[in-house]
Amino acid sequence: MAKDDKKAAFDIKQPRNIAALLSVFVPGLGQMYNRRFIKGILLFVIAVSFLMAFWDYIDIGVWGLFTLGTIPREHHSIQLLIQGFISLVVLFFGIAIYIYNVKDARNDAIAREAGRPNPTFFKAMQDFYDRGFPYFMILPGFIMLIFVVVLPLAFMVSLAFTNYNQYNSPPRKLLDWVGFDNFVNLVNVDIWQDTFLNVFTWTIVWTVVATTLQIVLGLFLALLVNDKRIKFKRTIRTVLILPWAVPAFVSILIFSALFNPTFGAINRDILSQFGMMIPWLSDPFWAKIALIMIQTWLGFPFVFALFTGVLQSVPADMYEAADVDGGTRFQKFRFITLPHILFATAPLLIMQYAQNFNNFNIIYLFNEGNPAVRGQSAGGTDILISWVYKLTFETNNYNMAAAITIIMGLVISIFAFYQFRKTAAFKEEGRY
Amino acid sequence: MAMNKKTKSRIEVTFIYLFLAVMFVLIAYPLLWTVMMSINPGTNMLVTKMLPENPTLEHYKWLFTDPRSDYVIWYKNSLLVAFANAIGSVILTSLVAYAFSRYKFIGKKYGLYMFLLLQMFPALMGMVALYILLSTIGLIDSLVGLTLIYLGGQIPFNAWLVKGYFDTIPKELDEAAKMDGAGHLKIFWTIMLPLAKPILAVVALFNFMAPFMDFLLPRIVLTSPEKYTLALGLFNFINDQFSNNFTRFSAGAILIAVPIALVFLLLQRYLISGLTSGATKG
Repeated sequence: MAKDDKKAAFDIKQPRNIAALLSVFVPGLGQMYNRRFIKGILLFVIAVSFLMAFWDYIDIGVWGLFTLGTIPREHHSIQLLIQGFISLVVLFFGIAIYIYNVKDARNDAIAREAGRPNPTFFKAMQDFYDRGFPYFMILPGFIMLIFVVVLPLAFMVSLAFTNYNQYNSPPRKLLDWVGFDNFVNLVNVDIWQDTFLNVFTWTIVWTVVATTLQIVLGLFLALLVNDKRIKFKRTIRTVLILPWAVPAFVSILIFSALFNPTFGAINRDILSQFGMMIPWLSDPFWAKIALIMIQTWLGFPFVFALFTGVLQSVPADMYEAADVDGGTRFQKFRFITLPHILFATAPLLIMQYAQNFNNFNIIYLFNEGNPAVRGQSAGGTDILISWVYKLTFETNNYNMAAAITIIMGLVISIFAFYQFRKTAAFKEEGRY
Repeated sequence: MAMNKKTKSRIEVTFIYLFLAVMFVLIAYPLLWTVMMSINPGTNMLVTKMLPENPTLEHYKWLFTDPRSDYVIWYKNSLLVAFANAIGSVILTSLVAYAFSRYKFIGKKYGLYMFLLLQMFPALMGMVALYILLSTIGLIDSLVGLTLIYLGGQIPFNAWLVKGYFDTIPKELDEAAKMDGAGHLKIFWTIMLPLAKPILAVVALFNFMAPFMDFLLPRIVLTSPEKYTLALGLFNFINDQFSNNFTRFSAGAILIAVPIALVFLLLQRYLISGLTSGATKG
C-alpha cells in the first residue's frame, strides 16, 4: 500500500504533479490548469511584477555580497553589502510566494482528483483568510524585526570578516572578505591581545560582581521587610524602589557628578571630613569600585520588588511544617524560601546578568570608560560593549568592533541557552 | 540562655530598622543632593552648597524661558516618540503574540527561539547598519526613524511577555466564541485584548518610558538640537561643560524624574505581576 503511494507520487501524468510542475515553470499556470483562473492570473501577475521590480536589485545585491564591488570609487562596498542583505530578504519572500504557488497548485489538483468542486470566489477568499491569518498577524512585526534587528546584526557579523577600518573605507577603497583574519589579530597582535584580555576579564568580573551584589542586596532587603515584626511596610517598599523609578541615565549622571574629584560631594563634603581624597575617576581601580557601587544602587530595587512579590506566594503551611520539625531559621530559608523564589524568578535573574554584560549606559555615562590606560585601545573601565562603541564611532575600527561583537554574541548565547531551559512558558510550548 | 527570647527579638528588629535607615540615607542622599543643586544660585559647581543660603528657582525658569534653552522642544519630542512608541508597540506585539499563542504556522517554534535569543542582543550591536539603513531611506535625524527602531527592537522581548500572558487565558473562551461564529479578529478584539489589559498596560508603560530613558540611540540617529529627545539633550548639556551647567542639568533632570517616578511608583505593582506572570509563569 505504502509502495503504491510512493509510485503514484512519481507518476508524472497525475494531475497533481502536472499542476505542480506547471506552477514550477510558470507561477499561476498550474492554477489555470486546475481551472482556478482568477487565482492563476493573480499569481502570474504577482510573479511577473516581482521579477520586474526586483530582478536588477537582487542581481546586483547578490553579486555585491560576494565581490563587495570591483571598481574603487564607483562601487561602494558598504552599500553593496547592505543591498546584498536586503536582496536576501526580498528573495526569501519571493521564494516563499513561489513555494506557496507550487504547493497550492498541487493541493487544488488533489481536491479536484477527489471530485470536490472548485470553491466560489468568495469561499476561496474566506479559506485564504483563514489559513493565512496567523501570517498576516505576524507580518508587520516580522518585517520590522527583520529590518531593525536581524539585518543590522547580520551586517555587523559580516563586517567582522572584512577589512573595514578608518584607513580602508569606501568609497575611496574597496573592501575585501578576509576570513578570520580579524579574530586572529585579536589574539596575536600585542595591542589587541592585551586590550582584549583586560576588557574581557573586567567585563566578566563586572557582570558577576555587580549583578550578584544587586541580587543579594535585593534578596536580603526583601527578606527583612517581609519580616512580620516590621511595620510601615508600604512606605519602606516605596522608598526602596525609588532608585528603579528614577530614569537610570539621570541617576548615573548625578553619580558621575557626585564622584567628581573636584566638585563632587563625595570627596568634597564627606570624605574630606576624614582627610581623604579618593581619585574616583582617574584611577581605574577606584572607578571600578564606584561603578559596582552605583550599579548595585541602581539594580537592587528591581530584584527587591520581584522577590517581595514572590515571597508572598510561598505557602505558609510549609513553614509551619518546618516549625513542627524544629527547623532553624537558616534551614527554613535554605530549603523552603530560596528554592521557591529562585524557581519562580530564575529567567529574570539570568536576564539581569545578560543586561549588565551589555550595560553600556552606566559605563559610558559615568566616565566614558575612562581613565585611559597606557598601551591599550580601551579605557580602564570599558566593558566589551562600550569598547565596541568606541571602536565604531571614535576610531572607526569597524572590522575589529564587529569581531568583538561576535564574541559578545557567543557569550550572550550562553545566557540565552540557560534561558531556554529555564523558561516555563517554553517548556509548555513543547507539549503541544 | 542568658537573653530571653523577647529581648533577642527586640534587638533583631532594631538592627533591621537600623539597616533600613542606612539604606534610606544611601537612596535619598544622591536624589536630595540633586534637588539642592537645582536650587543653588549661579552655575558654578565649585561654590554650590548642600543647603544653599538663598535658594532660587532661576534654573527652572531658565529652562522654560531662555531663548538658548531647547528644553520645551526636547520635552515635546520625547512625548511624541513616547506616545507613538507606546501605541505602536502594543498593536504590533499583541498581534504577534496572538498568532504565537493561538495558531499553528510554519516557523512558529523557531520564531520563539529567535525571540528569546534576539531579546538579549542590544541594539548597539547593529548601530552601524541601522545608521546606514536610516540614511538610505532618508530617516536619519528624524523622530520617525527613531520611533521605527524602537518599535522593531521591542518586539522580541514584549512579544514573548504578551504571548506568555495570552497562554494563561483559557482556550475554551475563544473556542466558545468561535462556536458562536466569531471571526479571528473578533475573538482577538473582544476576548483576548480585554483580558490581557494588565500586560498590555505594562508593555505600553515600558515603551512609553523608553524614549525618556534612552540616550544612546538618539545620539546616533539624531543630529540637530531641535530634534533631540530629553535624555540626549540633557546629556549634551553637561557633556560639553560639565561643571558649568550642572545646576541647570539638575533642574531639567528633576522635571523628568519626578513624573516618571510617580507613574512608576503608582503602577509598580502591575509591573511586577506582569513581568512575573508573563516571563515565568509555570
